[in-house]
Amino acid sequence: MAQGDTILEVKNLTVDIPVPGGMLHAVQGLNFSVSRGETLCIVGESGCGKSLTSLALMDLLPKKAIRKADRLTLEGEDLLSLLESRMADIRGNSMGMIFQEPMTSLNPAYTIGDQMEEILLRHRRVSRREARERAIYLLEKVGITAAASRLGQYPHQLSGGLRQRVMIAMMLMCGPKLIIADEPTTALDVTIQAQILLLLAELQKEFEMGLILITHDLGVVARVADRVVVMYAGEIVEEGAATHVFERPTHPYTQGLLECIPVPGKTKRGAHLGSIPGIVPSLVGDLRGCHFAERCRYAMPECRQGHIALRAGLEDDHAYRCVLEPDVTMAHARERGVA
Amino acid sequence: MLVYALKRLGVAGLVALTVSFLSFSLIYVSGDPAFALAGETATEADIENIRRVYGFDRPIVVQYLDWLGSALTGDFGHSNYLNTDVASVIFDRLPVTMTLGACALAFALALAIPLGVLAAMRPNTLLDRFALTVAVIGQAMPSFWFALIMIFWLGITWRLLPITGTASWLNFIMPSVALGYYITPAVMRLTRAGMMEVLSSDYIRTARAKGLKPVRVLFKHALRNAIIPVVALSAVQFGFMLGGSIVIETIFAINGLGFLAWESIQRGDLPMMQAIVLVLACFYIVLTFVADLLNAFLDPRIRVS
Amino acid sequence: MADTTASTSTAPSADSVLAPSPGALMRRRMFGHYGFMFGTAALLAILLIALFAPLIAPHDPLGQDLARKLIPPIWHDDPKATWVYPLGTDMFGRDYLSRLIYGARISLLIGFAAMVISGVIGTALGVAAGYFGGRVDMVVNFIITTRLSMPVVLVALAVVSLIGNSLWVVIWVLGLLIWDRFAVVMRSSTQQVRGLDYVAAAQALGCSTTRVVLSEIMPNIVNNLIVVATVEMAHAIILEAALSFLGLGVQPPEPSWGLMISEGKGLMFFEPWLIGIPGTALFVLILSINLLGDGIRDVTAPENRN
Repeated sequence: MAQGDTILEVKNLTVDIPVPGGMLHAVQGLNFSVSRGETLCIVGESGCGKSLTSLALMDLLPKKAIRKADRLTLEGEDLLSLLESRMADIRGNSMGMIFQEPMTSLNPAYTIGDQMEEILLRHRRVSRREARERAIYLLEKVGITAAASRLGQYPHQLSGGLRQRVMIAMMLMCGPKLIIADEPTTALDVTIQAQILLLLAELQKEFEMGLILITHDLGVVARVADRVVVMYAGEIVEEGAATHVFERPTHPYTQGLLECIPVPGKTKRGAHLGSIPGIVPSLVGDLRGCHFAERCRYAMPECRQGHIALRAGLEDDHAYRCVLEPDVTMAHARERGVA
Repeated sequence: MLVYALKRLGVAGLVALTVSFLSFSLIYVSGDPAFALAGETATEADIENIRRVYGFDRPIVVQYLDWLGSALTGDFGHSNYLNTDVASVIFDRLPVTMTLGACALAFALALAIPLGVLAAMRPNTLLDRFALTVAVIGQAMPSFWFALIMIFWLGITWRLLPITGTASWLNFIMPSVALGYYITPAVMRLTRAGMMEVLSSDYIRTARAKGLKPVRVLFKHALRNAIIPVVALSAVQFGFMLGGSIVIETIFAINGLGFLAWESIQRGDLPMMQAIVLVLACFYIVLTFVADLLNAFLDPRIRVS
Repeated sequence: MADTTASTSTAPSADSVLAPSPGALMRRRMFGHYGFMFGTAALLAILLIALFAPLIAPHDPLGQDLARKLIPPIWHDDPKATWVYPLGTDMFGRDYLSRLIYGARISLLIGFAAMVISGVIGTALGVAAGYFGGRVDMVVNFIITTRLSMPVVLVALAVVSLIGNSLWVVIWVLGLLIWDRFAVVMRSSTQQVRGLDYVAAAQALGCSTTRVVLSEIMPNIVNNLIVVATVEMAHAIILEAALSFLGLGVQPPEPSWGLMISEGKGLMFFEPWLIGIPGTALFVLILSINLLGDGIRDVTAPENRN
């Protein structure tokens, strides 16, 4: 497999959850792909469906949730029709996941070493000693000193930042092709966040993995993303190469997000920071039109009807979901000072 | 961990001391023990005599310390009725009660833990409701009645099991079930609650994300954490059963400590009563101490800090 | 750094405006909860039966007549069975139905009285420990641990045998022994409530301790109190039945259900109803109290349900 090969392909992924009021369409028709060595960032506010998307990829959704897709392949293997036992073979093996809460994601009853060796022993025929050696190697790779003695420690003896590093090392034990990191730094101190992100970027390059990074923090995205997917209310509203999306935000929601960030040099002193009034709409039952229409200052009657498809932006590898023409929205962007 | 153990040991010792005093004071519950011993036709002189001989004329604290001192050396006094020393009788009958208690606990755990785990894995399904129904019904049946029903069906009607004595292991089946089913609901609920909480925890999600096989996730990761409070509860419940076996032993004519206690109460054999209460209480105290230690030992967050 | 979660404002949704009131919610939960409804109905029925015993019972529960002894209940295929004695008679010719009805009085009285006594003791200890903390808490914990170490049935039997067994001796002995759960639960409930802001507010206003406890803390732990009360009432009823079964509780010829079982056990092979009927009555009573308690807990605080 060469650099640039597609590892993950997702077409029309939907996640529905039955709730008392009807069917909640948490994720609607997602399309994206991840290549070797590429970092894809999925951005969106809480409740937009980004975490559910990551769980859907790993098939770790809650029992009630219904996952559907036209296509979901990992290295060409179709994940949709797999038996659970085969899926379990893939999890932790070709595909790994790092979660948001390092404080509670490790089992308090077993040592770090035990939990790390366990994942390798599960997927490979190696001896305990070999597993131990690999664990030490990876702990050092993630920047943990005195790795050998750390193996005998319990999770509660480590800080949050260290635990997250252990999680990363643990998920690398079997050399996965794809890592999904669901808000890996949200629960950590600001100073540690930068370290962990840098670490992920380095590891990704060195091991030539695909990385899906899920976050609500645009600063993180700016730092590490190759490509960006902006989600709102279960849909992709804008996607493309990171520089394209950041420098020429075409969807009103993306523009609103960028308005919220003060940029030294651009943002005038004493100016109000942007905010997006309104709340996320209910996703239960029949859905029509653009989900963002309620809160969009440019909304028109046709925004609330039918299904709005993704359309090409002003350049290659840049798409957005809006009825407005790209040059119209780019004018808005310039007005708002985000382009 | 050592400091923790020593602290608990200290508390246990104090409690044991207090309980010993309370056990001792049983003798004064009915008023003047000299009266009780002397009988109805006794004269003032007789009563005075008895007081002097048994030492009831000494201050109560002195009597207590004397009794306690002897107890610590294994001398619980002399039984008025069995014409032998109390200690030997007690330690003769103790193993039977312990066996009964252990069997009852084993039965309860064998029933409650699997039910609790299954119910937690499938909450709000038929299985879950079945388990909870079993729990509710178990808590509502008086153990002596349940024992009689078992005797009626299993012992008399179908003649499957022996109903009295301790001749063979078969004799222990019905008493163990009668004694053990009463704590089954509590253990089952605790297991279920613990498992439900653990199964929805982040580290179980991580275990699944690692691709571990479901059985491994269930036992190595989930149960290992959920079982900690259950272990502690079981140790304590064992203590309860040692003390609560009196009814069951009486029904099945099992020659254990409970039956002995019953006989002593009927005969008014005070030294025996005092000693039994003290021995059972001390067992309970030791068991709670062991439960605390187990709790701490099983949870690395307490053991290694 | 920008955080997209900070940029939204909340508007009241239609749902929150039209939501049912807490009272309506609770009533809905109550009537939908089968266990609770059954428990309440059964308990109420038993209560009424006990209250109106003199009016309902067809015969004198203590009236013996050896000529009519051991008549089987009507569902037995036996020529002796008759509607005059629908539940049959015991070995002394006493009507079982009447004894059952009057037995309800004994169980309910002892259960309730012992529960009240232990409730007062346990709540006082528990609230004091939870509210004052520190040394008070240490002392109360020590007392609770000591009480827990004593084998209840044994001590109850011993004390009753030494003092003498009247109804009130049994009630007081039980009441003085089973307060531990009250203490434990009230202690932890009080601790939880104590740290809340409105308690601090009341204290800052200079309210006396009694006032703070009664008006701020008690109302919030009453739910737990009621649940424990039902558990301990059931506990007291079972204990009394066990004591009477062993002969050291209520004395003959009083119709305690436990005593009736004891009297019948020698004859149970040929006359199984002698133990079947009072046992079932005990079972139904305890079951309904437990269901009631579970129901109250589920209805007032469903998040505590396990």
